[in-house]
Amino acid sequence: MIQGIFQYEFLQNAFLTGILIGFLAPLLGVFIVVRRLSLIADALSHVTLAGIAASLLLEKYFISLSGLNPLYLGMVFSVGGSLFIEKLRGVYKHYQELAIPIILSGGIGLGVIFISLADGFNTDLYSYLFGSVSAVSRIDLWVILVISIVVVITIILLYKELFLLSFDEEHAKASGIAAKSIHFIFIIMVALVIAASMRIVGIMLVSSLMTLPVAASIRIAKGFKQTIFLSIIFGEIAVLGGLFTSYYLDLAPGGTIVMIAVAILVLTIVFKKFMIKTQISQGGAAG
Amino acid sequence: MISQSIIEIKQLYYRYEKDTVLENINLTVPNGSFLAIVGPNGSGKSTLLKLILGLLKPQQGEIRLFGQEMNKFKDWQQIGYVSQKANSFNTGFPATVYEVVSSGLTKKLGLFRFLKKEDTQKVYDALEAVGMRKFSNRNIGELSGGQQQRVFIARALVSEPKLLILDEPTVGVDAENVNAFYHMLADLNKKRGITLLLVTHDIGTISDKVTHVACLNKHLHFHGDTNEFEKHKSEGMSEFYGMDVHLLAHQHDHGGVLK
Repeated sequence: MIQGIFQYEFLQNAFLTGILIGFLAPLLGVFIVVRRLSLIADALSHVTLAGIAASLLLEKYFISLSGLNPLYLGMVFSVGGSLFIEKLRGVYKHYQELAIPIILSGGIGLGVIFISLADGFNTDLYSYLFGSVSAVSRIDLWVILVISIVVVITIILLYKELFLLSFDEEHAKASGIAAKSIHFIFIIMVALVIAASMRIVGIMLVSSLMTLPVAASIRIAKGFKQTIFLSIIFGEIAVLGGLFTSYYLDLAPGGTIVMIAVAILVLTIVFKKFMIKTQISQGGAAG
Repeated sequence: MISQSIIEIKQLYYRYEKDTVLENINLTVPNGSFLAIVGPNGSGKSTLLKLILGLLKPQQGEIRLFGQEMNKFKDWQQIGYVSQKANSFNTGFPATVYEVVSSGLTKKLGLFRFLKKEDTQKVYDALEAVGMRKFSNRNIGELSGGQQQRVFIARALVSEPKLLILDEPTVGVDAENVNAFYHMLADLNKKRGITLLLVTHDIGTISDKVTHVACLNKHLHFHGDTNEFEKHKSEGMSEFYGMDVHLLAHQHDHGGVLK
């Protein structure tokens, strides 16, 4: 049965891309969650939507652009949005979270205008909103592979700095680390990964892949490295499990992936409760 | 050449707009000393620390660190700093004590470099020095306030500074553990030869642990070794501190708690 899946190139693309996304999204997600920036992923995914809509619009009016992969303009918008968020965080020093709804609503507003100009929804756009297994092209796969390599190398090289920045921003700045530049590099990576992820899980659900596996692992992990490790494991289970299930049951892949991630989260919460109970009863017996 | 005094401050003034916060401060911190700066809220303690750390620029006066003028001083690795805010971090953060302490090496190692074997040893040494070695695999959020503060001191120690500056380090420490905490600091000073500069409210508890005491309230009113301090304390303490300060009886032999 599994062999059947891999006969089709589009399914190969979807699964390989899924493996990469299931790794990348939780990896960056850990840093996002611990810095309490979870909503940034939502804001950027909506900006990405504007970029994709813009790309579809351009395609319609300029025949020469008809081969343009919407992923590229989506990435451009996403990175642009991340830069705006940083700028706004500087403007509203005491209300830094305000930057997120501003960018989020701006992204939707712009996206909706582009969509209406391009004569409304079509299946293409639908697949970007909720993810689609058949939409992933070989070129998408290559682009996402390059992004994965760049992100992983950057995270490894800047791990110390990113950890310190996440744990104690004040101390990071005081100890003379280039906190601003490192944060900047980080946010651009987030923007790229969000744009890359939307093919599989869709714009509406990208942020869940960055936050749900982390929310689960943070409950049970010891230390930061283990949190990253478990988040990635949970992310991969959700993505691969979701792709298989959605393929065989003919469900939307994005929704299936997210619901598996939710199930993992619930299981870890129950597991943790159970662990604490047994610890208490053991402690009680010992004392 | 190693200079005898770690910090030298001469005729230092600092104003926030029209308010003079520090006036004509003169202070010398000899190598190997354990100096406590005590003073009421708003006495300029934190401002003085910020000036020493180069986070603020004085309007007038001179600060020398390790014999070098402030604006020429580059060797910030020599100075470890434990801020008052250290215990207001996100306590749910999923990091082990080991990971937190090793983050103290970030700047020293520099970009694109990884922890080596000897760095691991340094982390364990620093944890040993604050009596937290056996907690190295615990998540930081599981520890008590006092234990967390020890971990933050270990994080400052791991880059092997010669001077350690602490801003009210006992804020999150339980009352019954404060004494042990200062004991640990005194040990760092005696056994490791680290010069300590500490800003605090609790003079009563520290006066038998430190080597020098300075009282600050806009002016640096007193600066000398602890014997001298004991004499002055009974005589004219409230004079230093202004109207809203009184000494209370305290169970330690040495006297008083500032309120």
